[in-house]
Amino acid sequence: MRLEYFEMIDMVTLFDAAQQRIVCRATVPDASPVFEGHFPGHPLVPGVLLTETMAQASGYLVLGLNRLSQMPFLMAVDKARFRTFVEPGAVLVIEAALTVEGSGYAATKASITADGKPVCDAELRFRLMPFPAELGALMRQRTAAIGLVPEAVTS
Amino acid sequence: MSSTFETVAGIISETCDIPREKITPASHAIDDLGIDSLAFLDIAFAVDKAFGIKLPLEQWTQEVNEGKAPAEQYFVLENLCARIDGLVAAKTA
Repeated sequence: MRLEYFEMIDMVTLFDAAQQRIVCRATVPDASPVFEGHFPGHPLVPGVLLTETMAQASGYLVLGLNRLSQMPFLMAVDKARFRTFVEPGAVLVIEAALTVEGSGYAATKASITADGKPVCDAELRFRLMPFPAELGALMRQRTAAIGLVPEAVTS
Repeated sequence: MSSTFETVAGIISETCDIPREKITPASHAIDDLGIDSLAFLDIAFAVDKAFGIKLPLEQWTQEVNEGKAPAEQYFVLENLCARIDGLVAAKTA
């Protein structure tokens, strides 16, 4: 994870198109400017960044399923729960599953665990839009960098 | 249609915080109720869930934007409800 660059996902460990499900992995850095304020002397990953992490995993799931034909933008966060603290160095497993594939939107359920214990979960919704200029190429680079290559996905 | 309208009006009222009494079958979702495209996606999500259908919003929007259909055809609530009824009937046929 590079928190200050909003690069929350290190790698995709499972992309299951048939089950419409993704599993990702991310390691919280030992140091980040984020921890200087949250909180001084007691570093914890902010809940908003854990939400962003679930949103990005969900977003990559949607991108993989639609083969990067539309860009998902976060539009709603429901039932978000934060169940334990996340400290520097933690290894996170992020899972997301598609719950609704609507016309112009998609909904997911996502969760994060660390050492097998629940960290947080939420229901998320995304507006699907054409890729703004340049973003399509950047997202292709990013999805390839984390190991999500929809062209190579079967099923 | 009447029960469909009651369900849709309830969804709009709750989703967009619009007083229920302001929502009538003749209301235009955009012009009369001020619902924007993002809020309409929220409504579509709730309608899809309530009726077990998939509103073809992208197709409707494209038709309206290309001048192939008047917005009233989809976004006046009595027309929207008729289309929902049609989608439900098609699903159960």
